[in-house]
Amino acid sequence: MSDHGNLTNPAPDAARLDRRRGASSIFDASRPGRRGVLLPPLDVPGADPEALFGALHRTEVEGEVEASEVDAVRHFTRLSQKNLSIDANLYPLGSCTMKHNPRINEEIARLAGFADVHPYTPGHLSQGALELMARLEAALIALTGFARVTLQPSAGANGELAGCLMIRAAHVKAGAPRKYVLVPDSAHGTNPASAHFAGYQVKELASTPRGTLDPAELEKMMTDEVAAVMITVPNTLGVFEENILEVTRIVHAKGGYVYLDGANFNAFVGKIRPADMGVDVMHMNLHKTFSTPHGGGGPGAGPVGVGAALVPFLPVPTIEPEGTGFRLDFDRPDSIGRMRTFYGNFGVLVRALTYILSYGQEIGEVAENAVLNANYLRKKLAPFYHLKYDAPSYHEVVFDDTLQAAKGVHNIDVAKRLMDYGFHPPTMSFPLIVHGALMIEPTESEPIEELDAFADAMIAIAREAEESPELVTSAPHVTPVGRVDEALLAREASKPGNFAPVLRAPVRRS
Amino acid sequence: MRYIPSSPAEQAALLREVGVASVDDLFATVPREVFRKDPPPLAPPMSEIELRRELGAMAAKNAAATCFASFLGAGLYAHHSPAFVSQLLLRGEFLTSYTPYQPEVSQGTLTAIWEFQSHVALLTGMDVANASVYEGASALVEAVLMAERLTKKRTRIVVSKTIHPEYLTTLRTYLANLGLEIVEVPAGEDGVTNPAALAAAVDDETIAVAVQSPNVFGLVEDWSVAAEAAHAKGALAIGVVNEMFSLALLKPPGAAGIDIACGEAASFGLPASFGGPLVGFLACRDGFKRQIPGRLAGRLETPEGPVFALTLSTREQHIRREKATSNICTNQGLFALAATMTLTALGKHGLRETALLCLSKSEYLKAGIGKLGNGKFAVAFPGATFNEFALRCGPPVDEVLSALEKAQILGGVPFARLAPGSGEHEDLLLVATTERIRREDLDRFLDVLKGF
Repeated sequence: MSDHGNLTNPAPDAARLDRRRGASSIFDASRPGRRGVLLPPLDVPGADPEALFGALHRTEVEGEVEASEVDAVRHFTRLSQKNLSIDANLYPLGSCTMKHNPRINEEIARLAGFADVHPYTPGHLSQGALELMARLEAALIALTGFARVTLQPSAGANGELAGCLMIRAAHVKAGAPRKYVLVPDSAHGTNPASAHFAGYQVKELASTPRGTLDPAELEKMMTDEVAAVMITVPNTLGVFEENILEVTRIVHAKGGYVYLDGANFNAFVGKIRPADMGVDVMHMNLHKTFSTPHGGGGPGAGPVGVGAALVPFLPVPTIEPEGTGFRLDFDRPDSIGRMRTFYGNFGVLVRALTYILSYGQEIGEVAENAVLNANYLRKKLAPFYHLKYDAPSYHEVVFDDTLQAAKGVHNIDVAKRLMDYGFHPPTMSFPLIVHGALMIEPTESEPIEELDAFADAMIAIAREAEESPELVTSAPHVTPVGRVDEALLAREASKPGNFAPVLRAPVRRS
Repeated sequence: MRYIPSSPAEQAALLREVGVASVDDLFATVPREVFRKDPPPLAPPMSEIELRRELGAMAAKNAAATCFASFLGAGLYAHHSPAFVSQLLLRGEFLTSYTPYQPEVSQGTLTAIWEFQSHVALLTGMDVANASVYEGASALVEAVLMAERLTKKRTRIVVSKTIHPEYLTTLRTYLANLGLEIVEVPAGEDGVTNPAALAAAVDDETIAVAVQSPNVFGLVEDWSVAAEAAHAKGALAIGVVNEMFSLALLKPPGAAGIDIACGEAASFGLPASFGGPLVGFLACRDGFKRQIPGRLAGRLETPEGPVFALTLSTREQHIRREKATSNICTNQGLFALAATMTLTALGKHGLRETALLCLSKSEYLKAGIGKLGNGKFAVAFPGATFNEFALRCGPPVDEVLSALEKAQILGGVPFARLAPGSGEHEDLLLVATTERIRREDLDRFLDVLKGF
């Protein structure tokens, strides 16, 4: 508990100032004449850019930084110290699956034979890279039951779009693209956005009072104008769709496809093969289930598995066996095309395969412990936080601020106060069907004492909300900066000229 | 068991606390017919010792550029990365943190994003840049979709065919169902976009005109050609850059009337990593910022100093759902940070010096090819280039590459590889130089060509 301390008193200003030490940005610290890289001497005659480019020649990138290596190392090290991370603490951001990122994965991805290989290296000199991709595809097929998996999409949302484009291509081939995609009201925001960019109109499916899909409602909405239904299992409430077999049957009966958002694959990896439930397409966020680092916002990778009916439409290239090795196959006439340059976020694929091999056939323990830990937190916190949907939880549990709101304390306040206890807040922006949501996902990476420390912090905050709500509503108190006025920033940033030229929003604080 | 901290006894204790007899009871709402009792058909778990052996063997089957003099480019240029960059990227506070939605505990990531945006804005001469998109081709897609929203109800996109073919294939994939027409304007005989042909392709229905510089043949294009053609009909001009070091020596798109700049910033020290992860960028004029997709970090001055936070998020999918500017969520955060670190170390002087090294080596090679005298090779186009040019080969390109490979040289990218099956430019080899290339590599390259 000592790490999280008794933080009822704000830290002295000096402590906060110390944590803010260093320049606010490297541009503010730039000093003329400093340099951070020594380059080899010019060993050929120097070209004259003025003569070569004439009027198109640029003599200087005005405003660029001048800094030494020491300046750079210190600046970025100090910046890092202003972040919370999984390495230091439980990071219960629901739906984002902030699990431990094993360092062997980083080491393997940095091997020169992976990291220093250009994508246009001739095939006979890049067999190991193709083999890695083929083995990852095979492993993902073993875990999902699909016919093929494309590794190309750059992230989950990119995989969703690829999936929607394949569904559309299949309908077009069968006669007509159809018009609608059905998305439950509990879905991730990317689902409707991806369907929209595939040219579909989105219709919302209302959840039942249990927070799950309603087969009767689906039966009504599922017409032969509906191309696909995009579902999430377990859904964003952490609840398993008990009627999943009924749902997929209804969709298939009308000739539609079932798209599964695999953001929550970590709740059932190794325990259920999605293809067995009647799912036709699913993306997998390798940065969630398969532990590749989130890196402060990316990169991810969003491979997409498909059933046999959609295989002809996979993006090019696919990887095919040839002799004792592999080749890239571009000759796929029904392919939707490309989601990006090259073959995917290969470095992320290396990390994911390393992770899968490290668990091998025991990977189901990931799902078991993720679900166990979430249920433990649910049990401990249920007396203190309101649970709108009380169906059994899987890998995450969604509380809300109903009990605290009576004292004027909202989910955002609980979130900010948690920071004072050293924890990153839970997810609050969705599911949209829970007002004041606190979506908690501990993952399998947390030992019992860390779960207890987090629960104790949440319980202490619930007590604070009762006894001294202003302490919570004015939080955080000991973070590198106090509560940021994001509304003010957005107002200022949207004014003409206020982002130019180095994105400097103006001086003022309410 | 591998990365699960709880011991079996602790797991049993947790189960008791939760009030279930076995872990499978927690999966009780899964239909029994799909719930697997058997483990998945994978190998037994591997230790780190085995992982190093197994994956190390796979890595060893690839030709790392460190073992060859590499002239591979064609949209991805493996420049030097300062040693501290890969080491600082391993700091857990960067590596294992999430998207900085909570600014109070994410000032490190937010400050770095703001710096990345600032570098991109300075380099491209634009007002606003976002926190990154996936890579260059999807950056072009986002630029086009953004232009579509800004011009409203127009339906045509005019693109120069000198844009990287994989970018154009990607654009066709994304636009296939959105009711937008893509008009491709072929290059002139000189390999550069023809101004008259481009202007003639633009009409009142045109959303945007997109041109890449240096283009796919490495040739420098004049941005103002695209800007004038677009603006004459009320369309927007999009500038694509995939070799960012060129902007140290060439007039930036923002100074030549381009409205949206986009492309690939992997040149700033990212490992080639078989083509990903890379780091796409998107930048625009101030007036268009409400339509830029992806995350944006803003800076707010306060009495205690500047504070950074994500802003203008009502553009994004987690708020606007199907009405969002893009479906993008996860971006390339860590690699935008890597590029930012590299740019910080290079600084104003290192940028220009690196660019001059690249240019000078390329010019040396071009001059040497001009003097070969065997009549079998020529620089394909006469125009100015930065660090890459198209080599026209008399002998089959594959034979040329094999000969170079025997001399420990990865000699370049056959144009045919960029557009498989198109049958275009099958005699062209794209040859790129970076500061990692030495004079002796260049001389060895020329010696091999002389041998034909």
